[in-house]
Amino acid sequence: MRRFSYSRPTEVSEALAEAGGEDVRFLAGGTNLVDLMKENVERPQHLVDITRLPLDRIEEIQSGLKIGALVLNSDLAHDPKVENRYPLLSLALLNGASPQLRNSATTGGNLLQRTRCYYFYDVATACNKRDPGAGCQAIGGLTRLHAILGASPHCIATHPSDMCVAMAALDAVVHVESATGTRTIPFEDFHRLPGDTPQRDTTLEPGELVTAVELPATRFDRHYTYLKLRDRQSYAFALVSVAAAMRLEDGVMTDVRLALGGVAHKPWRDRDAEALLSGKAPERALFSKAAEAILADAQGQGANDFKIELARRAIVRGLDQAARGTPQSVTDKRIA
Amino acid sequence: MFRHPQTTPKGVETDDAIRVQLSVNGEPLDLDLPPWTSLLDLLRHRLALTGTKKGCDHGQCGACTVLVDGRRINSCLKLAVSLDGAEVTTIEGMAGEGGALHPLQDAFVRHDGFQCGYCTPGQICSAQGLLNEGHAQSREEIKELMSGNICRCGAYPNILDAIEDVLNDRVSEPRMPE
Amino acid sequence: MTNLTRAGFGTPLSRVDGPAKVTGQAQYAAEFQPEDMLHAHVHTARIAKGKITRIDVSRALAVEGVVDVLTHENRPKVAWFDLKYKDMTAPLRGSPFKALYDENVIFSGQPIALVVAETPEIARYASTLLDVDYKWAEFQTDLAQVLDQAFVPRIPRAGYHKPKSRGDGEQAFSDAPVQVSNRYHLSPEHHNPLEMFASTVIWEGDGHVTISDKTQGVKNSHWYICNAMGWDRDKVRILSPFVGGAFGSGLRPQYQLYLAALAAKKLERSVQVVMTRQEMFGHGYRPECYQTVSLGADREGHLKGIVNSAVTATSSIENYMETVVNWGSMVYRCPDAKLDYKIAKVDTATPCDMRAPGGATGMNLFEVAMDELAYACDIDPLELRLRNYTDREAMKDKPYTSKALHDCYERGAAKFGWDRRSHAPRSMRDGHELIGWGMATGIWEAMMAPTSARARLSADGTLEVATATADMGPGTYTMMTQIAADTTGLPVEKITAKLGDSDLPFSPVQGGSMTAASAGTAVQKACDALLEELLEAARRIEDGPLAGVDLDEVGFGDGRIYLIDDTKIGMRFEEILAAAEMDSLEATELAKPGIINMMRKARNTHSAVFVEVRVDEDVGMARVTRVVNAVAAGRIINPKTARSQILGGVVFGIGMALEEETLADHRIGRWMNHNLAEYHVPVNADVPDIDVLFVEEQDDEVNPIGVKGVGEIGVVGTAAAIANALFHATGKRVRELPITIDKLL
Ligand SMILES: Cc1cc2nc3c(=O)[nH]c(=O)nc-3n(C[C@H](O)[C@H](O)[C@H](O)COP(=O)(O)OP(=O)(O)OC[C@H]3O[C@@H](n4cnc5c(N)ncnc54)[C@H](O)[C@@H]3O)c2cc1C
Ligand code: SF4
Ligand code: FES
Ligand code: FES
Repeated sequence: MRRFSYSRPTEVSEALAEAGGEDVRFLAGGTNLVDLMKENVERPQHLVDITRLPLDRIEEIQSGLKIGALVLNSDLAHDPKVENRYPLLSLALLNGASPQLRNSATTGGNLLQRTRCYYFYDVATACNKRDPGAGCQAIGGLTRLHAILGASPHCIATHPSDMCVAMAALDAVVHVESATGTRTIPFEDFHRLPGDTPQRDTTLEPGELVTAVELPATRFDRHYTYLKLRDRQSYAFALVSVAAAMRLEDGVMTDVRLALGGVAHKPWRDRDAEALLSGKAPERALFSKAAEAILADAQGQGANDFKIELARRAIVRGLDQAARGTPQSVTDKRIA
Repeated sequence: MFRHPQTTPKGVETDDAIRVQLSVNGEPLDLDLPPWTSLLDLLRHRLALTGTKKGCDHGQCGACTVLVDGRRINSCLKLAVSLDGAEVTTIEGMAGEGGALHPLQDAFVRHDGFQCGYCTPGQICSAQGLLNEGHAQSREEIKELMSGNICRCGAYPNILDAIEDVLNDRVSEPRMPE
Repeated sequence: MTNLTRAGFGTPLSRVDGPAKVTGQAQYAAEFQPEDMLHAHVHTARIAKGKITRIDVSRALAVEGVVDVLTHENRPKVAWFDLKYKDMTAPLRGSPFKALYDENVIFSGQPIALVVAETPEIARYASTLLDVDYKWAEFQTDLAQVLDQAFVPRIPRAGYHKPKSRGDGEQAFSDAPVQVSNRYHLSPEHHNPLEMFASTVIWEGDGHVTISDKTQGVKNSHWYICNAMGWDRDKVRILSPFVGGAFGSGLRPQYQLYLAALAAKKLERSVQVVMTRQEMFGHGYRPECYQTVSLGADREGHLKGIVNSAVTATSSIENYMETVVNWGSMVYRCPDAKLDYKIAKVDTATPCDMRAPGGATGMNLFEVAMDELAYACDIDPLELRLRNYTDREAMKDKPYTSKALHDCYERGAAKFGWDRRSHAPRSMRDGHELIGWGMATGIWEAMMAPTSARARLSADGTLEVATATADMGPGTYTMMTQIAADTTGLPVEKITAKLGDSDLPFSPVQGGSMTAASAGTAVQKACDALLEELLEAARRIEDGPLAGVDLDEVGFGDGRIYLIDDTKIGMRFEEILAAAEMDSLEATELAKPGIINMMRKARNTHSAVFVEVRVDEDVGMARVTRVVNAVAAGRIINPKTARSQILGGVVFGIGMALEEETLADHRIGRWMNHNLAEYHVPVNADVPDIDVLFVEEQDDEVNPIGVKGVGEIGVVGTAAAIANALFHATGKRVRELPITIDKLL
């Protein structure tokens, strides 16, 4: 771990005053940042420990629910408001990592966690995300974890979060603050595709602090699911995951939400596919059509070709679970 | 034998050190630590509390699980300085008066909830965290909520039996081969 | 005295070291921390093969708190002769890996420098500051690419069982009316014990060195490090009281021992080296295997011809071999069999025995082929095994000391409810879930090796039994205590078992499931000898109640020697010592297998494994929901710990069948999922309840205590039973382990 200096401000303004430099990082739960620092992948010179900032509350606001950036993943998952209105988010959180990691991991940190690409993690290999311009050794190599949608010739990594897939489906909004002011970023615009600057995971500017994530008031408490497919039954990242939510009135689907994890550099939403489903009765054939639409441009990298078919089936099954109102259980490993 | 707290020679890393107050197993400590010291390395090296294990140092195995303010976390990914003011409980702080085994410790021994024993302190601290959380009732729930603790020896079914005993406040017969 | 614990053969005694383990007091190798110890961090090579052309350590040395950086350029003088680096378990042919020896790199992840510093954090940081230039050489890490260069080593490794063909297997196969012939593949696996390799070299001055080492054999580490460093055997002591799992990876001294010793030798200070999890992928592993199995049978499923050939990987420097192709042809009656085993070199570290080496690979893959034959003949898979049953070891055509496999089949099947199985693939389901029931046979060796043990009775009547074996998890402390209790009649509380110390009487490495048989027999012999000496002392006590009695007139129990005719008359052990004016009494005995007898009869453990899997028919997520493993392993010393060994083996089998695979990027010759997040081992949620059955197996011949060992048999057969269950569930035959979700789509 490279040497660094450390501060622990108690006010947001103090934290922002220290932020900004290329080599400064915010430290929240540390479960991703400290991991990467030990691997010498992240090499900050200064850490601003934000865990004492007053950003750890879940508040009712007019437009919905405002989740402070420092709310722990486990607290968020078990918050009654979240369990009642957005059980999809609880499910996604409880599918992520392990109980003890969720006791450290924060909302903001989860949002900003970095890819699990083997090459990104191993400084003996070439990686554009770690070292812009070095090349991407994953291409043509081991790509089980890698993207089938939205990849670029510069990077084929995926975003590993479960929480973010649910938030994408729920149309969350990210609140950020910097020394110069505050702004909000719609969730879909928060994470980005790699393009030719894969070193940038998000549209956050240097020095900007995520202060909260806002969930719109619309509740999805009957027809939803989070279906995560992975290499073991727990404590593994998604190969493919599906967050699905909808309203069902008189046998017709409205307000359909569908987001995929494990398949792209960001949680993947496809509004066209959602539109295709809206206003129709839930049927497998229709779900398949939506899946085809989403995956029309999907491209495998060899070892991950199977994820296209896996995603297709997961989408159909996820929509089916949501429509039937039988969300995937975290503990009962039978696929609902 | 040879269990000495590791001290840093005078002058080394002193410029970087930060004052931290921690309570470890009920004992208040004032420490000067460089910011890169993980809670796990603090415990194992500087405090010679080697009951907490290092199985990966990257949050991937759960061997380093300890309780911080009653909640289970992976101590390997936690910088000790960021815990200033916290109460840490390790396996060394679990036993009761006069070294009487904690009910979880006793249940692990009775049900043979380990083999090599290396994951065990983490399993036990994690199980205590699980009990504190109160989200697990069924065997399936315990299984899922204990999945952050890898046991390479494969003692999982016995670990479950041990935790179920304590959760249900009972002392059951260990399972035997037929 | 009511609270004292009596234990003998068959008592489910809780582990005597349990309290130490659950309270965090058990001390593992990295937990020996002398004062003023230095911490060292390994720097590893990024290239698969070639040379280090430049290594600049100046930036690392400049870091405050760094004491030294060792490289091949500045290491102290060590032995150069290969023989000096051969540990007791090294392959006979080849030159063992020597860390920091010269500029050559022979595998990616090879240690090339050691940064020694005041704290582990400083060492780790400084290690990132090394500047190394390399020159790549041509390399190959993909076994598939070198299959045509596979060879049979002229001198096999010790313990390797040469396959023995019989009749004309190929002809018999091609004449058979039913034929199945397929190629199977096993991915490389890494042991990944939860504790990482560590050694602490404690520099005691005047040439004395005490080393805590993670090893399965302190005598082996002692032998190796004294040879390599040129150290005086009498001044070096290796301690390894607790081992956080090893599964074979600790059979050979790993490089951290060598490096810690090297640095201590140079700096004349105490040094500790702990591997990182990534470095745990930079030494021995279970080699990748391609195995072709051709089975010819008549329409009733009777085997007529077996052709079984396999190639496993070895390194460029040593001929590592396993017994892979023998197992199936040992278990089943079949007139003709052709067996063929070769190894091929890849540019990785030398593979290393991993839980049931060869058996886990060869028999699991063979048993998938047997399942294919069952379906080709349209016969129930269990029935197929029964039709080919033999009481003799079929490869060498020898009798067994015992073989209760038939009972395993019967009792396992009954417990599982196998008769309710419907034979056709995809014929059992529960809603979306396809249910599969599969089974397989397991076989492993029941070995014994020469072992010495010492029993010492103290004046206070307590007994210590000791041998230099290890306890990496099977419960050796407990087993030794229990055998001593059984032999002497003393309560458990009065007995202490000691192991993991090179000063103790000789014990071989803990491996091959032979510790219970070997150390157990030795402890029993030592205790017996001690009791005889004690009686002798008692007989000589003039006017004593036992003066002049004969051995057959007395009994031993409750810490007393008493007259059988009148049990009230006798002497307590401590009374005898006092009266005889002895502080303590000691006996050391060597137990060794009878070689001639060993050759006359085959000695193996057997098992029958029955498994249920459930697979979602759309998305292919598979899980194991039920396991019954019925084992015939001779006498069971402690059913509680023995059951745990089988549980552990089954969990290893689940990993092998569904999850474990070390992924190499062959373009750069490097393992890439070198961590526990991406090298998947089973977690709690992956493991169902497991029923372990031990069938009765009386065996007075296998060794004096009739114990066959249970450390490895649990994994053999389990992976195959899972693979077979997956076929039964889905109708899809996957011939590559692990069977990950992509293969089931
Ligand atoms: C073994 C393992 C398994 C895991 N499995 C899963 C899984 O299955 N699913 C899953 O979703 N996740 C998984 N995770 C990842 C885990 O969820 C993340 O590590 C965690 O959410 C990160 O949160 P943190 O608070 O610890 O972030 P930190 O590590 O503190 O920070 C991460 C990054 O975010 C930045 N940051 C943090 N907070 C803010 C803020 N408020 N504003 C701006 N920047 C900020 C930091 O500077 C840093 O760059 C796993 C992690 C591990 C180690
Ligand atoms: S996929 Fe992206 S993260 Fe992975 S090696 Fe390529 S550039 Fe780096
Ligand atoms: S050592 Fe912390 S999780 Fe493995
Ligand atoms: S007991 Fe060995 S890892 Fe759990």
